[in-house]
Amino acid sequence: MRNALIICRKELRSYFVSPVAYILLIMFGLIFGFFFWNALGYFVIEGMEMQMRGQMFAMNLNEQIIRPLLQNVSVVGLFFIPLITMRLFAEEKRTGTIELLVTSPVRDLEIIVGKWFAAMLLYSCMLLFTAVNFAFLFKYGNPDWKPLLVGYLGLLLQAGALLAIGTFISTLTKNQIIAGAVTFGVCLLLWVLGWVSGYESATWARVLAYMSVITHFESFGRGVIDSKDAIYYVTVIFLGLFFTARSMESLRWRS
Amino acid sequence: MINVRELTKRYARTTAVDHISFEVAKGQIVGFLGPNGAGKTTTMRMLTCFLPPSAGTATVAGFDVLERPLEVKKRIGYLPETPPLYPEMDATEYLKFVGKLKGLSGAELDKRVDYACERCAIVDVKHKLLGRLSKGYRQRVGLAQAIIHNPDVLILDEPTAGLDPKQINETRDLIKGLAGSHTIILSTHILPEVEQTCEQVIIINKGKLVATDSVRNLQARARGAESVVVEVSGRNGGLDTPVVQEKLQRVAGVSRVSCKQQVDSRAVFEVESSKGALVRGDLARAVVESGWDLNELRPSAMSLEEIFLQLTKTEDPVEKAATQGEQQ
Repeated sequence: MRNALIICRKELRSYFVSPVAYILLIMFGLIFGFFFWNALGYFVIEGMEMQMRGQMFAMNLNEQIIRPLLQNVSVVGLFFIPLITMRLFAEEKRTGTIELLVTSPVRDLEIIVGKWFAAMLLYSCMLLFTAVNFAFLFKYGNPDWKPLLVGYLGLLLQAGALLAIGTFISTLTKNQIIAGAVTFGVCLLLWVLGWVSGYESATWARVLAYMSVITHFESFGRGVIDSKDAIYYVTVIFLGLFFTARSMESLRWRS
Repeated sequence: MINVRELTKRYARTTAVDHISFEVAKGQIVGFLGPNGAGKTTTMRMLTCFLPPSAGTATVAGFDVLERPLEVKKRIGYLPETPPLYPEMDATEYLKFVGKLKGLSGAELDKRVDYACERCAIVDVKHKLLGRLSKGYRQRVGLAQAIIHNPDVLILDEPTAGLDPKQINETRDLIKGLAGSHTIILSTHILPEVEQTCEQVIIINKGKLVATDSVRNLQARARGAESVVVEVSGRNGGLDTPVVQEKLQRVAGVSRVSCKQQVDSRAVFEVESSKGALVRGDLARAVVESGWDLNELRPSAMSLEEIFLQLTKTEDPVEKAATQGEQQ
């Protein structure tokens, strides 16, 4: 555990010493800021129109702003995750520092968990940007905070799953670009798999749809913790980290 | 301290290390010698638990590399061929990180970092980014990293590769200074390095153990026949080389005389004699009595270089005959 923290601190340091972390945070902040501004503007105009027409439908910040925005974050995250994980192992393999880690009295699993956790923390920093935006809703309105928290939990679980997959892919190559590109492809694929269920209802389609990372976020976005979805994410996290460990082991048998 | 039995590493098509056995006693410096691709790095990687052996066993400080890797890793300081540095860290940060990984903490960690910096002479670049350091300094930071946790065993893979002559000397002195408190294995393909730093040599070639002995024994062993270098000059500006050669040849016990080089009236001969025959006195007398000057008379020690070539040479009669033909 102590070793995992040492590795984690080192990874976080190299994210924040290089421009990587700042560029990711700024880009994500900009994109989310735009989404927020857009959703809020739409919400305000809709409200005014209703008043003018004299119709009184219930307006709901949670349903009309927070939920779609969280859904957006869950998709935008797909694009950022490869950028976070691509260097984790590829870079160490390229520069040979992996030899230092592996010949230190540290277990493989501690190295893997440390690196994965550092990636999680960087992603959490990105989520903090969204929290700043949501804070305005709480200042000027009174949305329910519980669904928001559940939404965040869902985002973290989803990111954890994708980051674990990205970490695994990063162990397969010395080249960051390859690691990033493959992770990106896999992330996209895991998103679009869910679309099958739209026109096909056979068993294979349901299996494919179940594998999609985004569909499992829907319940969290609504503020509902569905154990089926939580189990999916946790399973993918464990599988990803397990394959990373196997891959590290095979690295030694092959190299 | 290190015990290697029938260690073997096989890859899909090749055998990188083939049934190697050797032992290293505590506090020794051992030179691991071999041409490029001989299996030095692979053997070292197996000792550091980076690669698992295909067959055979290796123990470090009594712990098997396969069964108790964590215990082995705690006791080993390893400098790979390229120092494993993170370019975005400075030297102190880096050493602290490695120290923590090796289980140090608190005041002890700070103490060891200072010690390693001082020992490896990197105090003046302590706060420079590792990515900006010169090759020599990188190597030293790599060495500092290896000794940070005061390991029993140091494994250094070509610690002087790519350094300039001054740095090479400094690094060698540093390694010599570390002996005694650590058991050291260092690999190299540079022979004088072994002659100068090591007590014991392990020579491998194509994955097989060729010789393991002390430097002095190896030299003695390879020098099958005694050989003496004689430099002679003529008194009055002229020297008839064939005459001298014949004269030397006639000395009792001499088996072969060859003229190595001749400049004006000076000539250098190499005289070989059968083992045990004491010919030096007779040689001197023969030269002086013939009216020539004897400028130099010394036994020629075979350098490790020659021994190495002799031991690692693949016997190929056709090729050998061809080269001899060319010479003639």
